[in-house]
Amino acid sequence: MSAIQVHGATVTYAGAPHPALSNVDVAIDQGVLCVVAGATGSGKSTLLGLMTGNVPHFTGGRLDGRVLIGGRDTRTHPPRELADLVGRVGQDPLAGFVADRVEDELAYGMEQLAVAPATMRTRVEHMLDLLGIADLRDRPLRTLSGGQQQRVAIGAALAAGPRILVLDEPSSALDPTAAEEVLAAITRLVDDLGLTVVVAEHRLERVIGYADQLIYVAGGRVTSGAPDEVLRGMERVPPIVELARLAGWTPAPLTIREARRLAPALLTRLVPAAAAQGGVAAAAPTPQGRPLLTSRGLSVTYRDVVAVRAVDLDIRAGVVVALMGRNGSGKSSLMWAVQGSGPRRAGSVAVDGVDPANLDPAAARRLVGLVPQTPSDLLYRETVASECTQADHEAGAAAGTCRALLANLLPGVDDAQHPRDLSEGQRLALVLAIQLSASPRVIMLDEPTRGLDYAAKARLAVILRSAAADGRAVLLATHDVEFAASVADRLIMMAQGEVVADGPARDLLTASPAFAPQVARILAPGPWLTVPDVAAALVPVASGAVLP
Amino acid sequence: MTAHGPGRLRQPAGFDPRLPRPLHPGAWWVWALGLATAASRTTSPLLLGLILGVLIVVVNARRSDSPWAGLFRIYLVAGLVVIVLRVTLRVVLGGPYGTHVLFTLPEIPLPDWAVGVSIGGPVTAETLLAAFYDGLRLATLIACVGAANVLADARRLLRSVPNALHEVGSALVVALSVAPQLVESVLRVRRARRLRGGRVRGVRAIPGLLLPVLADSLDRSLALAAAMDARGYGRVADVPARARHVTGALMLAGLGGIGVGLYGLLDTSSPAWLGLPLLAAGIAAGATGLWLGGRRVQRSTYRPDPWQRDETVVAAIGVVAAIAMWIAGALSPSAVNPSIVPFTWPTLTPVATMGILIALLPARLAPPVRVAIAAGSVARPARRARKGEA
Repeated sequence: MSAIQVHGATVTYAGAPHPALSNVDVAIDQGVLCVVAGATGSGKSTLLGLMTGNVPHFTGGRLDGRVLIGGRDTRTHPPRELADLVGRVGQDPLAGFVADRVEDELAYGMEQLAVAPATMRTRVEHMLDLLGIADLRDRPLRTLSGGQQQRVAIGAALAAGPRILVLDEPSSALDPTAAEEVLAAITRLVDDLGLTVVVAEHRLERVIGYADQLIYVAGGRVTSGAPDEVLRGMERVPPIVELARLAGWTPAPLTIREARRLAPALLTRLVPAAAAQGGVAAAAPTPQGRPLLTSRGLSVTYRDVVAVRAVDLDIRAGVVVALMGRNGSGKSSLMWAVQGSGPRRAGSVAVDGVDPANLDPAAARRLVGLVPQTPSDLLYRETVASECTQADHEAGAAAGTCRALLANLLPGVDDAQHPRDLSEGQRLALVLAIQLSASPRVIMLDEPTRGLDYAAKARLAVILRSAAADGRAVLLATHDVEFAASVADRLIMMAQGEVVADGPARDLLTASPAFAPQVARILAPGPWLTVPDVAAALVPVASGAVLP
Repeated sequence: MTAHGPGRLRQPAGFDPRLPRPLHPGAWWVWALGLATAASRTTSPLLLGLILGVLIVVVNARRSDSPWAGLFRIYLVAGLVVIVLRVTLRVVLGGPYGTHVLFTLPEIPLPDWAVGVSIGGPVTAETLLAAFYDGLRLATLIACVGAANVLADARRLLRSVPNALHEVGSALVVALSVAPQLVESVLRVRRARRLRGGRVRGVRAIPGLLLPVLADSLDRSLALAAAMDARGYGRVADVPARARHVTGALMLAGLGGIGVGLYGLLDTSSPAWLGLPLLAAGIAAGATGLWLGGRRVQRSTYRPDPWQRDETVVAAIGVVAAIAMWIAGALSPSAVNPSIVPFTWPTLTPVATMGILIALLPARLAPPVRVAIAAGSVARPARRARKGEA
C-alpha cells in the first residue's frame, strides 16, 4: 500500500480565483525518497501541506478529492491526529521549536503522544546518535548553528516514530557543507529505517541524486514519476541535467559520479582556450583603476566573539564579488559593518574616499545600499505603489523612480498588492528597487537567492550583471554555488571572520571541494563552471548531438 | 555506587556519596514560600536578617549551572532598592510618629481636601526605623521568591503541572521563549530601517518599526502553531459528553466555592460555615475537576522530576520554619514584632531562631548539583572513565 495517496485533489483557497492545485493524483510508496520540485507559487507548498493535513485544516480553503496518509483520510484527521504517522520539518527550524533545550525538544512530540517514559528515554538517545547531535543534548536551541538546528528539528520530528517525513526546503538556509550533512542524515533515514521522505527543494541539484521519485508541480498541475523521466519535461533543470542535454547523454545522469563516467568523451570535444572567453562570468573585462570600495583592518566583535577580524577589501566598480563561507563565518557582519549601520569595532571603510559610517543613514545609503537577509524588514507600507512612493521620498529621487526600477527589474508586479503577499522573488525585487532608487555606488545583497526558483535566480543574475555594468560595485553573500558561478567575477572566501581566499571566481570555485559547482566537479580539472561556459567551448560536430 | 563504597576509598569528611540531580522544583518553592510566610509575620530586623542569610547560604550551595542561576544578586539589589524607596517615601510623606525628631523638612501646604496627607515636616527616628523594618520585610519576601526562582527552574516546574493544565503550561513555556525573539526582531527591524535612510527614533518612526515586527511575530506564531499541531499538541482522548459536562460543572463549583470560602474566611462578620468548610469543599471540587479533566489529556512527561525523600524533607523544613514563626509570634510577640514607640532593642526568641536556622539544612540535605569531588586522586580516574564512554 502506498504511504501517501492523493486522489483527484483540488485545493482552492478562500478568495482565490483559481485553484492552487487542480485534480492531483499522486501516490508515494513506502520507503521512497520523493523530491517535490516547482517554481515559486506553483502549488508546491500546498501539495506538501496536503501530505501533512496542514491543508486545509490550518490554512483554510476548500479541498475536493481525497488524501490518504497511511490509510487515514485527512478530512477526518487533523494534523495532530496524524502526528504519530507524519513528521514535518519546516524551512526555518527555529520558528517551529517549542522547548528551549535540545533534549526537551526531541522529547516534545513523544510527550504529546503519551509515549511511555522509558521508551522516550531510549528513543531520545537513538535520535541523538542517528543525527550525530549527542554532544549538543544540553545546549539551548538558539545557540546552535543553522545546520545543527535543522538536524535537531529532523530528530524531533522523527522521535515520535512517524513512518513518513515531510521536509519543506530543509537546506535553504544552510551553507553547502551543512546542507550535505542534513541531506546525508535524510538519506540515511531512507536507507536504514525504510522511512518515506518527501522533500521540497528549490536547489534541485542538491537532492536530485538521492531521489527515487520526482514530483513536478507547475501551475497547479502535477507530474510524478522516475526522476529522469520527469526532468525531461521540465524547463528549468539543475546544471547536471542541462549539461546532459547539451552533451546528448540519455538517460541523463543524476549524480556527479555517473556524469564523470561520461565526461571524458565530452572533454575531447571542448576547446580549453575558449573557456576563458566563454560564459557570463568571464565576459566582463577586468576593470582597471582605483578601487571604489576599500576597507582597512575592519573588525566586528559581539561580546566575546570576533565576527570579523581585520578585513582589508579593495573592490572596483563594474565587478560582481561573491562572498562565501560557512554559516557564521562573518559574511553578514562584514556587510553591515561596511554599510556603516552595523557594529564596527575597528577599521575604516572608504567609498569614493568617504566612510559611510560617518554619514547619516540617508547619505550612507547613497554610497552603499544593502539588501539584508530578511528583505521584508524594510517593508512597512500597505501596497507596492505606496512603498515605491515612500522610497522616492526617502531617497530624494524624482517621483516614479522606484516604480520604474521595479518594472525594469521584474515586470508584472501588481501595484495594489500588499508587499507581504508577494512571492520571495517579487519581494526581493521590490527591496532591491527601493535600495537602487537612492542610486548607491555599491550594492550589497545578503543571501539573495534564498527561496528563489531557477527562473527568479536567472533574472537576478541578469539584474546584478547590469548593475555592475552601470559602474556600480556589487557584493553578494551567498551559499548558492551555482548562482555564484553564474554571476560572480571575483570570489572572497571567509572563515572565522577572516578572508582566507580572494581571487577570480573561476579559479577559486574550481579549486574548492565544498564550493565547486556541479559542472566544475564533472569536468574537473577543466576551467568550466557553468553550462553556458561549456556550450561556448564546445566544438560543433557533424553528428548532430549538439543542441542548436 | 560500589566504586565510591566505603570499603574501597578513604572518604574525607564532608564527602557526599549521592549522585547529583536537581531537586524537584516544587520542593524548593514550598521551602522558599515557607520562609516567605515566616518573613511576612515578623518585622524584627534580626530575624529578617537571619532569613536573608539562610537564603544566601542555601542559594550558593545548591544553585544550578544554568544561566539564570546567577540572577539571585539582582533580587537582592531589587530588595535594597525597595528599602531605599520605602525610607525616602516615609521621609517625604512623613507625618507625626514618635518623638525623637532628627531634622525638619520644609512643609508644603496642601489644600483642605487632602486632609491627613502631608509633605515634608519633622522627620523622627521612629519614622525612619519603621520604614526600614517595613522595607526589610518586603526585601526579604522578594529574596525568598528570587531564591525559589534561582534554585528551581521555572520551566521544569511548568512541566510538572497536572495534566488538565498541560496546555496552559505549554503556552507559558512558549511565551517564555518568544520574548527574546521579539526583542531580536525589534533590533533587526530597527537596523533595517536605517538602511532605507528612515528614522529610528521618535513617534513618527513607530509605524515603520511596529508593522514589520508585528507581521514578523504573527508569521512566527502561525509557524509555531502549525508545528505544534503537527507534533500532536492538543490531541485529546475520546471522553463521553457526560463526563465532560461533569468536569466542567465540578470546576465551576470548585472555583465558586474557593471564592466564597476565602471571602468568608477573611470577612469576620459572615457566618462560620461560609469560611473554612466552603473553602475546603471548593478545593475538593476543583481538584476532582482537574483530575477528571486530566484524563482527557493523554500525554507523558520526559524524564519527570521524581519526588523522593529529599524533596519531602526540604519541603517539610520550609513548613516548619513558617510554623515556628507563627508559634513564636504567639509566645513572644515583642520579640517577633519589636515595638518602635516606645523603642526597644530587637531580641531573638529561641523558637523563631531555631525555625529559621533549620531552614539552612537544605544546603546539605538537598542532593548536590554537581559531583562532589573530594580530592584530586578521586576526581581524575572518574573523569577519564567518562571520556572513554563518550
